[in-house]
Amino acid sequence: MTAISDREQLSYIAAQAADARVNVEIETEGMTLNIGPQHPATHGTLRIVAKLDGEQVIAADPIMGYMHRGYEKLAEVRTYPQVTTLINRIDWVGSFANEVPFILAAEKLMDVEAPPRAAWIRTILFEMSRIANISLFLGDMGLQVGAVTPAFFAFRDREHVLNQIEAATGGRFHPNFDRIGGIKDDLPAGWIAETKRAMKKIRSFCDEIEGLLQGNEIFEARCRGIGVIPADVGLSYGLSGANIRASGVDWDTRRDNPCGLVHNELDWKVWTHPDGDSFARFWVRLQEVRESTRMVDQLCDGLPSGPVMAKVPRIIKVPAGEAYVETENPLGVMGYYVVSKGDLTPYRVKIRSASFNNISITPWLLKGVYVPDIVTILGSLYFILGDIDR
Amino acid sequence: MSRLSSTDTPVEEEAEVVESDEAREALLAKIQTELGDAVVGSHLSPGDDLWVRVDRSAWAAAGAYLKTGLGFEYFNFLSAIDWKPSPFGRDMDAQVDLSLGHDEASEIDMAIEQGVAGGDTRFQVFARVNDIVNGLGVTLKADVPDDDLSIDSWVTVYAGANWHERECFEMYGISFEGHPGLRHIYLPAGFEGNPLRKDYPLLARRLKPWPGIVDVEQMPGDDDPADAAETTEAAE
Repeated sequence: MTAISDREQLSYIAAQAADARVNVEIETEGMTLNIGPQHPATHGTLRIVAKLDGEQVIAADPIMGYMHRGYEKLAEVRTYPQVTTLINRIDWVGSFANEVPFILAAEKLMDVEAPPRAAWIRTILFEMSRIANISLFLGDMGLQVGAVTPAFFAFRDREHVLNQIEAATGGRFHPNFDRIGGIKDDLPAGWIAETKRAMKKIRSFCDEIEGLLQGNEIFEARCRGIGVIPADVGLSYGLSGANIRASGVDWDTRRDNPCGLVHNELDWKVWTHPDGDSFARFWVRLQEVRESTRMVDQLCDGLPSGPVMAKVPRIIKVPAGEAYVETENPLGVMGYYVVSKGDLTPYRVKIRSASFNNISITPWLLKGVYVPDIVTILGSLYFILGDIDR
Repeated sequence: MSRLSSTDTPVEEEAEVVESDEAREALLAKIQTELGDAVVGSHLSPGDDLWVRVDRSAWAAAGAYLKTGLGFEYFNFLSAIDWKPSPFGRDMDAQVDLSLGHDEASEIDMAIEQGVAGGDTRFQVFARVNDIVNGLGVTLKADVPDDDLSIDSWVTVYAGANWHERECFEMYGISFEGHPGLRHIYLPAGFEGNPLRKDYPLLARRLKPWPGIVDVEQMPGDDDPADAAETTEAAE
């Protein structure tokens, strides 16, 4: 297959856009298009009301709340160990990662530190939920532009990771495995070897996806130069994760502000892309999955021995105080601002979820794009509805 | 990991502080110089975090200075806290949960007690911004008086504040002056009440009481006789 150079690609897109603009000049009546609530491109029940002028979007207004479950209110009547059951369901395809920042915030307030082995296993499962989450994106991104095969590949190979998560935690989607002071259990026998085999399979899955999509004429035409987010706009909207790294911002909480997790003891790289378009977001995520598999391999090799739980009281009361902890979750930065009054339950939990900020840029980003591009842009921003609505 | 204290003790008075935090101290000094008397409270947890409480009138100025003057370009989140404890207390808790250490007889303490960086009012708006180049984050707080629940909007400074302010508006009833479209974000347009206020009852619990911990299966090897007896009783 001949690779298309960036220059050729951009000139092609510019020509297409110019053609379309000519068509727009033929006066068309404004039209309001309702996308969703149930639409394959919305990953759940997000609704987008788009005002169109011909094929071009002149205003887009996302409407959500169809899945608002009020976790911030519910967390106020749950004890600290009970809260993890709730927050598991925020980002349901990478659910273990949701628990980690909350547990870390509670540990920070309690001045408890998990033993090294627990911190390493936490990091392993954290990275595995990233793989489970983002491999679904890699398949889905193909699906958004009409390629069905990557989606099947994603579901096939994601299974290996889910099996390992299930083997260690007992839950495929909602592990509820993280505890204040450590993790619930040690790893089962033979888990390490099997996990390494799964990582190998994920790496070959990444190669397959790369071969299928990257350089594919349709995929490139639909993604290159579409939905460009400049770095400063992305920052002021609070974009995080691969979305901001694809705009050339070299910022990863795992490297820059590691609290409680052991990423800094590993050899890995933060990937960025200068373009800021849909393709860049896809590409950065693809590299991140590869990087995660390498991290899991290293973590499995260097896993220290010892206990997996620190000494914590049976009834957990968290001392009064406020703490904010954020980690680099699969969808972006996820943080919990926990206010405690020394009680069994948190006084206030502010959940800063990645997708809420990531998707808040859509009114700005969708302005001026063409209708088919809405789908690829939403797909490449990659959000999970539970993570927006909470 | 450094310890967080709920009181506003200055850094020097904390006994076990080993590291001083020059970067955050310098940052706090800069904010105090720029905003002057508008900085009404602060709390610094060395090597960890910084809280600055500003006067309501300086809320927009503080955001603008942090963004343009100090390079805090990253908008993280914005929300509010209701410091007045719930009048319902824990009355809907299951008996088993109350036995976990909650004194059933104790009456509800309605005293308002603010968290770090202090406060004077029931409602506080707080927001967090980051300087991703130097890896610093700062949490700003501002008091919002009960008789005038409004504060300046940050939308012109941080575009991302738009949705956060809408959420804060519907959940707490705080209005943001200068917001381009302050309307409900999650709840239906006709929804009455502000759900995250502490005096808004959690209706789910009233409709279906919380079962408590009895429905939790006992873990193997966890043979607390009291628990075991309880589980057997429940099974019968």
